[in-house]
Amino acid sequence: MNYALWFQLASPEIVLSIAGLLLLLIAAWSSDKSARLVSILTVAAFFGALALSLNFLLADGYAEGADAFYGQYRMDRFAALSKVLIFLSAIACVIVAPKFFARDGMMRAEYPILILFASVGMGLMVSAVDLLTLYIGLELQSLAAYVLASFLRSDDRSAEAGLKYFVLGALASGILLFGMSLLYGFTGTTSFIGIQTAFSDGVSTGALFGVVFVLSGLAFKISAVPFHMWTPDVYEGAPTPVTTFFATAPKVAALALTMRVAIEAFGGQQSVWQQIVIFVAMASILLGGVAAIGQTNIKRLLAYSSINNVGFMLIGLACGTPEGASAMMTYLIIYVAMTLGSFICVLDLNDREGRPVEDIPKLAGLSRTRPGLAAALAVFMFSLAGIPPLFGFWGKFVVFDAAVAAGLIPLAALGIAASVIGAFYYLKVIKVMYFDEPADVIAPSDSTARLALIAVSALFVSPLGYFATLALSPITEDAARALFWAA
Amino acid sequence: MIGIEHYLVVSSILFVMGVLGIFLNRKNIIIILMAIELILLAVNINLVAFSVFLGDMVGQVFAMFVLTVAAGEAAIGLAILVIYFRGRGTIAVDDVNQMKG
Repeated sequence: MNYALWFQLASPEIVLSIAGLLLLLIAAWSSDKSARLVSILTVAAFFGALALSLNFLLADGYAEGADAFYGQYRMDRFAALSKVLIFLSAIACVIVAPKFFARDGMMRAEYPILILFASVGMGLMVSAVDLLTLYIGLELQSLAAYVLASFLRSDDRSAEAGLKYFVLGALASGILLFGMSLLYGFTGTTSFIGIQTAFSDGVSTGALFGVVFVLSGLAFKISAVPFHMWTPDVYEGAPTPVTTFFATAPKVAALALTMRVAIEAFGGQQSVWQQIVIFVAMASILLGGVAAIGQTNIKRLLAYSSINNVGFMLIGLACGTPEGASAMMTYLIIYVAMTLGSFICVLDLNDREGRPVEDIPKLAGLSRTRPGLAAALAVFMFSLAGIPPLFGFWGKFVVFDAAVAAGLIPLAALGIAASVIGAFYYLKVIKVMYFDEPADVIAPSDSTARLALIAVSALFVSPLGYFATLALSPITEDAARALFWAA
Repeated sequence: MIGIEHYLVVSSILFVMGVLGIFLNRKNIIIILMAIELILLAVNINLVAFSVFLGDMVGQVFAMFVLTVAAGEAAIGLAILVIYFRGRGTIAVDDVNQMKG
């Protein structure tokens, strides 16, 4: 037992938890006037946790990671990389929120605090090496997320989004939990390594049910087909800063968690889950591409786009190789930048009375009224579609490369074909912005913070992003290696 | 003699009842909240039964965590339901249809 080391390993979550509790007290004692102060302090706490995670990611000596709290928690480069992504997206979601909520007078101090607690849960998720930690992290994240979805209390759509998210999320947690109880019963342990050892001489029928239930519950959390039905409704109904959050940080956490469960806990029996993951990946890519075509609400369109992207990332997992895992992490980094950028562009679409505009036809002729914003949105759409000079292409390329190397050529072929279908609806948005008669609805931007974030994301996904691959590929390879270290 | 299979059968029946309660229920959202509790109880029966059967304490510790989280979940669920009712004046499942597509 070495408590000093354990607390050091868990320091990002500890910093965030303490900050969350203190800020909750500040928020409780002062009225809503403290919202601004709490937001600033939240961002500061996130930067602290970010620095601690970066230290684990870049410093020597943590290459294979270390366990803490009696094998409940592990900090390795994989967890550290996921945490960096999670905290960065959480910071962006806190920064863009005040302007959005101010219009309804709903900017309350609880918003940054809920994001903070959700991030603690996500940090636990990506560091979990035991079913118990997994469950607690997942629930901490989910419970905060249900409240966030219904944060705009006066808005009917927000309340409905919260309700739908809560009911389906609780069902998914129940399914996941039932699977975990079966795994525990048929393997006699809750630790990932223990389950792997128990699986080394075959999987019993009961444990197989457990694997299927656990993967179904996780598929819900990453909104993969056939458990995606909540995604468009929740993304449309939730306030846009919250949607931005849902599409980035929890997605990173749930995907990283799925990877760790599949590769560490079920790693010895790849044939058992590989078929499931291949099916889910194919179905997500196809449905995400086809169902998005008829959408007229841009948040709904981006929801289907995120289902589609999750499918591509799962191709990396389906390979079951370190190359696949590394490709998946690369895709995830690029996905976060693209999604953050496009949702912040949506946040910047307001009419002259300051009401948010979500209808795609109202974006007509945006290139003439707001050329900068239209160009940025076009960059994100081209990148999401995977059109070569942009960075989104690189993500798809490494994933397909890993799939071909692992012998999954039909899956890669189908993915490439489906990404052509998907390109259609991204291009439709660009066509409306650049070639339609101006509808002249969108007012000039009123927030430099938003424009700065859009500019940073746009630069990252622009062809300049390829310079970043020099630094990124050793990091993602290290992360993937840490994942396979125990396996 | 009551063996582990009997516990598994009971918990599976409860689990299926919970899931069906969510999908087949067309009347009231409160019933959905009850169905969710039913699912979590099924899991707890499983965990405790396995724990005794295996002679291992982890299952019972796990069950305590599940109980705690279930309480928090019910509180948040009811709070969201109250907000929803204030806005819409109904909690019938068929009326939750502002967004579709």
